[in-house]
Amino acid sequence: MSREHVLHKVRTALARSTGQPIEEPPPVRLRVPVVDLEDRIKSFCERVEALAGKAHRATSDSDARAYVAGVLAGRSAVASNAPILRESGVAALDGVVTGITDRLELRSLCENAACGITAADYALADTGSLVMLASPQEARMISLLPPMHIAIVARDRLLTGLDELLSILPYPAEQTSSMVLITGPSRTADIEQILVRGVHGPGEIHVVVI
Amino acid sequence: MAIRVSLFVTCIVDQLFPKVGLAVVDVLERLGFQVDFPERQTCCGQPAFNSGYREESRQVARHFLDVFADADYIVVPSGSCTSMVSHHFADIFESEPENLERARRLAPKVFEFSRFLLEVAGVEDVGARLNEVVTYHDSCHALRELQIKDGPRRLLANVRGLQVREMDAADECCGFGGTFSVKFAEVSGGMARAKIDSILRTGASAVVSVDSSCLMQLQGALSRAGLPVRTMHLAEVLASR
Amino acid sequence: MSAVFDEKIHATLADTKLQLAIYTATGRLIEKRRKAITPDLCPDYQELRSHANDVKRHTIEHLDYYLEEFEAKVTAHGGTVVFCKDGEEVADFVLSLAKERRAQLIVKSKSMTTEEVDLNERLEHHQLEAVETDLGEYLIQLAHERPYHIVAPALHKTREQVADLLSAKLGVPREIIIEKQTMIARAVLREKFLAADIGISGANFLVADSGAVVLVENEGNARLTTSAPKIHIAIAGIEKLIPRAQDLAVFLKLLGRSATGQPLTVYTSFLSGPRRGGEIDGPDEFYVVLLDNGRTKVLADREKRESLYCIRCGACLNHCPVYRKIGGHSFPWVYSGPIGAILTPQFLGVNHEPGLPFASSLCGACAEVCPVKIDIPKILLELRSEVKKAEEREGSSRLERLAFRMWAWTMRHPRIYEMAGMAAASLAPSSDGRGWVKSLPSAMSPPPVRAWLSQRDLPPPPPKSFRQMWRER
Repeated sequence: MSREHVLHKVRTALARSTGQPIEEPPPVRLRVPVVDLEDRIKSFCERVEALAGKAHRATSDSDARAYVAGVLAGRSAVASNAPILRESGVAALDGVVTGITDRLELRSLCENAACGITAADYALADTGSLVMLASPQEARMISLLPPMHIAIVARDRLLTGLDELLSILPYPAEQTSSMVLITGPSRTADIEQILVRGVHGPGEIHVVVI
Repeated sequence: MAIRVSLFVTCIVDQLFPKVGLAVVDVLERLGFQVDFPERQTCCGQPAFNSGYREESRQVARHFLDVFADADYIVVPSGSCTSMVSHHFADIFESEPENLERARRLAPKVFEFSRFLLEVAGVEDVGARLNEVVTYHDSCHALRELQIKDGPRRLLANVRGLQVREMDAADECCGFGGTFSVKFAEVSGGMARAKIDSILRTGASAVVSVDSSCLMQLQGALSRAGLPVRTMHLAEVLASR
Repeated sequence: MSAVFDEKIHATLADTKLQLAIYTATGRLIEKRRKAITPDLCPDYQELRSHANDVKRHTIEHLDYYLEEFEAKVTAHGGTVVFCKDGEEVADFVLSLAKERRAQLIVKSKSMTTEEVDLNERLEHHQLEAVETDLGEYLIQLAHERPYHIVAPALHKTREQVADLLSAKLGVPREIIIEKQTMIARAVLREKFLAADIGISGANFLVADSGAVVLVENEGNARLTTSAPKIHIAIAGIEKLIPRAQDLAVFLKLLGRSATGQPLTVYTSFLSGPRRGGEIDGPDEFYVVLLDNGRTKVLADREKRESLYCIRCGACLNHCPVYRKIGGHSFPWVYSGPIGAILTPQFLGVNHEPGLPFASSLCGACAEVCPVKIDIPKILLELRSEVKKAEEREGSSRLERLAFRMWAWTMRHPRIYEMAGMAAASLAPSSDGRGWVKSLPSAMSPPPVRAWLSQRDLPPPPPKSFRQMWRER
């Protein structure tokens, strides 16, 4: 609406002319520590639990399936179309609906499901975070609408932290319209600073490291 | 030959708390310094500067530069007055290159009292003795503009018979802030009372600080509340024998 | 200061329950931040601050370049950038889009920028329902109030007040348990998310090299606001830009820790356009509104331009002893605390509330905790000087100016200074040399003296000044 107007004011304020080149920005600051896989997994699981999430190290696909089935305890779930869910057999568990590609159908299922099951593209060990990129395989709503979220993460996707994530993925916008870092269950302390979980997003989180 | 130290006593000490000035002289002379007092000194200009009257503060600052032109060292029993000279004169003389240069050359010679003792005199123990339980208040300018925090505590730690108890919120503002204390009197009073609660929780019988303005604010509030806690400038503690 | 300011401050100080609420809440936030930046958890904290300051300085100094880069990237990913010079243009844009799309319901995630331009009020005028979805913002929307704090909008509300509010506005039975109050709001808002036509968010950061909007939150309402409706509009001040996605490594570390003591908030969203290439859900349309509304004015002032570095963490509010006493609603504009004290005069003019830059003891706690190292006290001092210059032009505050002129003259004349000191001392009531003065006859109490005495005692003048005693040695 006021593009020229605003840009002109900005340039005038800075005494810069149209198209004037810029000085070099300060170099990017990324510090990626070297942490071996075992320590990364341990740290990640500790952090998830410290945030009142649950972390489970699956020894095998069947172990992962057993854990998820135990958590679901007969309740309904929607699973994303991430390959790892199929390959591990989690998507085929009783009560789990998967393979949905229609937005409205998916939303309706998520509204009513007790649980959303997704993969995670990466996990961050130092903060206990899941990194999820929206894609044809991973819809946004599955990790957002149902009151419980279960994420299956492959151990080789466990990064040391945000710095490492941004080192290997400097331009997330080229991959997806939405990248979300999920660090624990939804919470608020807006009333008298008292902590309440599961305000809008899932109040219960389980991460299975496979 | 003794090192000559010029005392900038500050207007508040000069007019309201002269014993603090005497204590500074006492401590410095005992350490072998030759103290002189340029008698034409008055003020650093801070009240006007903080109130938005830059031109008026500039006039007073110029006078300061004249009075202390020949000083080798300037010692100041106040964190806020010290930072006024060493930090804010640069803001005041922004558009007066000659005075800006004078101010820049002067800045490294200006020392808050405790810093002078530690960094120039090189002492942490001045041989003082005071049997009392005290708590230390971090004056904002000293703490945040001059990074004075451990120094006074180290000096106090070496006073024989003195027990120093840390209060929670030692680094919270006492609420003086110059004209803030009268322009926003209610808030200022509230801040002082919050500080006094902290002080009382230590059980100390005195509060120590490097700034007389803070002490005036705190003592005023203590007195109003009818509390027996007294205030002492660091110099007074260090001059105690 | 204005009578309004004075009155609000007084009312807040007199409300002991409110005093306790403010003090406790800010105290908790202080402690949380402190715990998150200990040397073992965050050893490079000071370095991060310096780096953030450098990046912000660079970005602001080259803002036109980054605005254009951002716009190009957003466009390349299928979104649209809309530049708005003021709040009216923002409202016009939203309204015309809503009309075109026949939208009726808007959900909003927390955005101080939209509060700044009273967007909700403008939308309501045109029969558009715009619902705040952040719990605190939802509550204050129900109460028709302004946010109390940049990060914790309902900081001042007790559970009793929330219970009253919910039952009055929603017609539900009165519920005092906080968890249940939260669930009531959750149920109401869930329906709104899923029925909304448009989702409006703010932006914590705008990333130039990605055309991305970064949103930081704990509840999930920003994710829902920006993922459920078909249209997402992000509204942000032009100063929210950072150059590169990789710069988030520094800024996210600082924001969470400074605001709530969290290394990362629960959800960090990096949104760069409408859904694309087979993505199943997400908005079909993505707009980023870039707002001026006075920012270019601040930008033009070299000395105070750093005010625009602010990442809205709220740490300065939490640590400010004045905010902790007078609270957010004493401030005249949406931004409160130290950052509000420097932004308000720059956006609205020093005359809007001439007392505001003086409502500070210049303790510097704000500058000490600011993650991007804005020198707030320095800017307050500049603003004070501007207020006095304005007063001089207008011919107001004559008495005060005269007093300081006389003071300056006295201070340049040592002998006059000395005589003035002696005269003042002789006028004061004689005391035994130990008692502090509790009151003075009104003839001897000009307003500053009276103001001092309203809160504390005055020191008795000593028998001799220092210089007299020096001479007598």
